Amino acid sequence: MSRLLQWLFGRLPIGWLQLTHSRTRFAAALSGVAFANVLVFVQLGIMGSMATATLKPYGFFQANIMISASDANSMTEGGNVARQWLFQALADPEVTGGTGLYVANVSWARPTKTLSLTTYGIDPTLPAFLSPVMASKTETLQLQNAGILDMFSRGLPREEAAAIRPQTPTSFEVSGSTLTLYDTFQGGGGFGGDGFMMVSDQTFMTLFPARSSAAPDHILLQIAPGADPDAVVARLRALISDKTLRIRSYAQAAAEDLSYQQTKRPTGIIFGFGVIIGILVGIVIVYQVLSTDVADHLSEYATFKAMGYPQRFFLGIVFEEALILAILGFIPGFIVASGLLAGMKKATTLPLAMTADMAGMVFVGTLIACTISGAVATRRLAAADPADLF
Amino acid sequence: MSEDTPIAVTSLNHWFGTGEARKQAIYDVNLQVKRGSLTVLMGPSGSGKTTMLTLMGCLRDVQEGSVQLLDHELKGADRALNEALRRRLGFIFQAHNLHGSLTALQNVLMGLQVHRLTDRQTQEVAARHALSLVGLADRMDYLPANLSGGQKQRVAVARALVGNPDVIFADEPTAALDSESGMIVVKMLKKLGQLRGTTTVMVTHDNRILEMADRIVTLEDGRIVRDTAPYDPLSSAKPAS
Repeated sequence: MSRLLQWLFGRLPIGWLQLTHSRTRFAAALSGVAFANVLVFVQLGIMGSMATATLKPYGFFQANIMISASDANSMTEGGNVARQWLFQALADPEVTGGTGLYVANVSWARPTKTLSLTTYGIDPTLPAFLSPVMASKTETLQLQNAGILDMFSRGLPREEAAAIRPQTPTSFEVSGSTLTLYDTFQGGGGFGGDGFMMVSDQTFMTLFPARSSAAPDHILLQIAPGADPDAVVARLRALISDKTLRIRSYAQAAAEDLSYQQTKRPTGIIFGFGVIIGILVGIVIVYQVLSTDVADHLSEYATFKAMGYPQRFFLGIVFEEALILAILGFIPGFIVASGLLAGMKKATTLPLAMTADMAGMVFVGTLIACTISGAVATRRLAAADPADLF
Repeated sequence: MSEDTPIAVTSLNHWFGTGEARKQAIYDVNLQVKRGSLTVLMGPSGSGKTTMLTLMGCLRDVQEGSVQLLDHELKGADRALNEALRRRLGFIFQAHNLHGSLTALQNVLMGLQVHRLTDRQTQEVAARHALSLVGLADRMDYLPANLSGGQKQRVAVARALVGNPDVIFADEPTAALDSESGMIVVKMLKKLGQLRGTTTVMVTHDNRILEMADRIVTLEDGRIVRDTAPYDPLSSAKPAS
């Protein structure tokens, strides 16, 4: 390593030699950087999983425009929308179709745990509004009191989920009715429930007798190929007299939902702060290591100054140390965080994963944080006065 | 000043502190040092020897008067000039000031790398040679913590000499050495003066060195009170002009 750095820098790798001179202190410094990396990775992982989980249900459906109640900040929140607006929207020449989407939570009381399933009710005779995977299961959905279940639901054993097939369905009671699960799809636990379930709008009304088919939670619209969703949205806003409704493109609704989860909901804010705290912890640890190192070597630096070494030489040493700490601290941090995220994914079924983007972002962030720490630590170099050597 | 006088000090005054605490340490000092000579600065503690050394070695800013070093005026010199001049000097400190994380060889290499002139292999050959000259051929890969006080000082001497400096400033360089090692070092400095024209200015109380000095300058309370050339019947016992 020493020879490699010497070749890279074209000089003795003094930063490396100083850091490794005290192995214990070096190991502690690397542990500190790795710890900060783990903090950031885990928080980012959770934030990333929140994004994945938030956007997941948008992938179950196919639509261009979504009409929601004014307080519908996410797909599962907010009041209902009168179905009459669906019919009015169909009056627009570029709106080719529409359907109501019903959303509620269904509890499945199981011997070990009661599962909370975010349940979507939609007209199965309109497969164009469903993703291709869902659309292939509409025949099942058309059965009375039938549902298809998220095979990755938290608390549902994998083998049990795998056993749910049309030939071997499973049933449970919901509000006095028997709901039969005939099939499964790939969802994944989110922050609002243990998993997802898809039923027909008719079955939904059976499960929730208090709900009215005239008041869905959202209205999904499709527009003619080539039509501009924003232009249609603008026309619909002018057309529909209820100005409190949120009429947005489907993509915008998903983006606003994600933004709401990350910046308005307590969980998103907490995880966001966690990332900032992790970065600050890393900066403080590296600054402490570098600044102590500079203080410990002031007389040596003063000697080098007396020998005629320029200021950039000393800055080079400090930044060399900062980069070594950043790179070597990142590696164990990455490995530990990958293991932690994998373990958390298994335990929670949240879509937690170490992605290349995240790894790259944290690595660059670590380099920047260590460089900032190094820049602050170099201020102590001024105290190295060669006149004090005599 | 000519090439034969690498150091010329004229009407030099220096103070420490500010305001009421301001205290003058050097009073109107004039001194010219000849090329290749071994000049010893003597005097009691607080007489200004070290201050003179740091002023002539461009380690401290000149406040009043003039210090010409290697044909450059140090009063008002900027950082770049100071750094450039320091690269032409060799410093031997009383506390050796070796870098604790570097081996003896690496410490000596630091005396060469500052010049960025020769390739790495040549630098290493020169550093090994310098260490051999001070009798440390078998200690090149030792860290300072594993060297005795005398060995550390010899590494410091090798580091100061390896860059072939024009002027060497030394502060009690033999204090940590036994008499034999001390004499080897001083003879080496003397020989460098004769062969290469390297000028040495040294603060010391070692009487054996005084016998080898070309010139002995005695300071008291910031003033030169005696300036003599040992064994030189023509040397004066009055302050130098």
